[in-house]
Amino acid sequence: MSALTHVSAAAGETPAPVPQPDHKGRRWVPYLLLLPGALWLLVFFVVPLLQLFTVSLQSEFPGYPGYYYRDLNFGNYVTALTDFAPQFGRSILFAGLATFFAFCLAYPLAYAMAFKAGRWRNVMLIAVIAPFFTSFILRTVAWRQILADEGPVASTLNYLHLLPGGRITETWVAVVAGLTYNFLPFMVLPIYASLERADPRVIEAGGDLYANGFTTFRTVTLPISMPGVLAGTLLTFIPAAGDYVNAELLGSDNTKMIGNVIESQFFRVLGGFPVAAALSFTLMALILALVFVYVRRFGTEELV
Amino acid sequence: MARNSGSGFRDAQGDLRLQDVTKSFGEFTAVDDLSLVVPRGSFFALLGPSGCGKTTTLRMVAGLEQPTSGSLFIGDTDLTGSRSYERPVNTVFQSYALFPHLSIRDNVMFGPKRRGSADAQKLADEALALVQMEHLGGRKPAQLSGGQQQRVALARAIVNRPEVLLLDEPLGALDLKLRRQMQVELKRIQTEVGLTFIHVTHDQEEAMTMADTVAVMNHGRIEQMGAPEQLYDLPRTSFVANFVGQSNLGSGRVVDRDGDHVVAEVHSTKVKIPLSRCAVQDGEVTFGVRPEKVRVLRAAPEGAGDDVRGIVLDVSFTGVATQYLVRLPSGAVWSCYEQNLDVEPIDLRPGDDVWISWNPYHAFGVPVDEAQARAAAEAV
Repeated sequence: MSALTHVSAAAGETPAPVPQPDHKGRRWVPYLLLLPGALWLLVFFVVPLLQLFTVSLQSEFPGYPGYYYRDLNFGNYVTALTDFAPQFGRSILFAGLATFFAFCLAYPLAYAMAFKAGRWRNVMLIAVIAPFFTSFILRTVAWRQILADEGPVASTLNYLHLLPGGRITETWVAVVAGLTYNFLPFMVLPIYASLERADPRVIEAGGDLYANGFTTFRTVTLPISMPGVLAGTLLTFIPAAGDYVNAELLGSDNTKMIGNVIESQFFRVLGGFPVAAALSFTLMALILALVFVYVRRFGTEELV
Repeated sequence: MARNSGSGFRDAQGDLRLQDVTKSFGEFTAVDDLSLVVPRGSFFALLGPSGCGKTTTLRMVAGLEQPTSGSLFIGDTDLTGSRSYERPVNTVFQSYALFPHLSIRDNVMFGPKRRGSADAQKLADEALALVQMEHLGGRKPAQLSGGQQQRVALARAIVNRPEVLLLDEPLGALDLKLRRQMQVELKRIQTEVGLTFIHVTHDQEEAMTMADTVAVMNHGRIEQMGAPEQLYDLPRTSFVANFVGQSNLGSGRVVDRDGDHVVAEVHSTKVKIPLSRCAVQDGEVTFGVRPEKVRVLRAAPEGAGDDVRGIVLDVSFTGVATQYLVRLPSGAVWSCYEQNLDVEPIDLRPGDDVWISWNPYHAFGVPVDEAQARAAAEAV
């Protein structure tokens, strides 16, 4: 962007005279349009966030479990980071694995939809979106049945002696599979959008300039779909890292993610409020930091 | 330059030859049994209205489409069926198709790098210098204007020194002034690098300005091919007469022969056409004469009948010339260009009585095909 401003400056163009608004009030129109959304965010996002932050620093009244007073108790964060480090690690790992698998499944699918599907394109698009018409939790419960010990998948694999632990549910495999499945559309749609928007002539130009099919994909198609890949990985990783439904329904105590810990601290542990709030804040900070590094590394803001 | 390093690359040299090439998309025949030879090093234009098959022809040469039947050679090498990356052919796409994620220099280096050239950087800089874009090598395509992107697209193709360079309406998106400038530039570059250029366009002026040879295409076939002056001076079909420049056309019958001339009766007016300029010797004929070859006169020329006496319908002043629309007694409306030379202005207004005259030397005769003549006039 800065290069662009340089051009016009170097060209010595005089800026076109800004037309004077005939109505002074017009200036406020954008702010008025922003107002409902801004108010909504203030009331339902900023205020609760501040509230959550104050809770995360509260201390319990000694001898009165479940009662807190306002404090600057950073010990809650220490507890969050030390006692629950495995769950944090698992969350990042599971979300990362799910993002990776979702990418591996989604890219070929999106590519096929964008370039090869022809008249089946819309049918495929609907098939990708259709699961949204059923509840997220119901679909996860369905997966528990599909993967259950007596279910078709596990029993077939057991029959073939291909399942070392004897079961799929209550293992990390089931949790990662569930996460992958549940967030797949969020990966497919942005990648599809960026491939579909790509100028087919640009891809042809790769072939015209002596790149064979694979080289064209590697040097042209994949790079120009990077904005979609970036959006897809973020849309998958961020909710997957905070998810607790898949670990709850498909996993066991050994596969608990940070979402499960927050949920149980909040609803089931007496006096768990401050730690739950500290965990939430830590998770938020962790994801923000990871996303920041990721976008800085792979960011494509220069692209168009 | 390192040639032959890409897998399957065919290093062919010589004239481009298309032999009985047909391309069908389902029921629709885009290119119909086309045979064509483009001599090495020439600037060749494929001219035609949209849907005439010119872009399909170009894409077949590029290897982006395969012909349904027929074959394609460069020199003695048969390229039929080979892929685009195997051909010594590069394309300047209509929308430029620059790689948006690469810098200008990386865009230009793309081809040489794929071919394993060791001095890709140097070649790219030379190509950018050729199109006067060396100072913008670090920019991204989105930061350039249309005209600049056009130059980069040209550099990206030329850097590979292809045997044949294809240009798919490369100037279509530029404004008139820039287009004129780029036409001159393209011609200069072609002369400088000496490559075979095949230029696809629907703009007859563009084709005539640049090309050594123009092939006018219509309905997947070549209507006429030749040097621009030749095409303009002596069209062989009514389509060409109306698509390449304008023509005053009228259909009638050949009635007589007068020495070196064919005499035709068109709307009960007898007109002469030089024998060598008439594609039809007897029967029905379409007579034509170019607007600038027609004089508009205040007084009746010697020996003129009332059949060439008309009424001025419209006068439009275009600077170097003035265009008159004159209605003749037969009902035909002729257009006439008068150069605004250093002579007495004739100062005509709509409604004035005038006579028109022309030298029979400039007349031409083509087979009757009014539907095509109309189609061409509308397509321009």
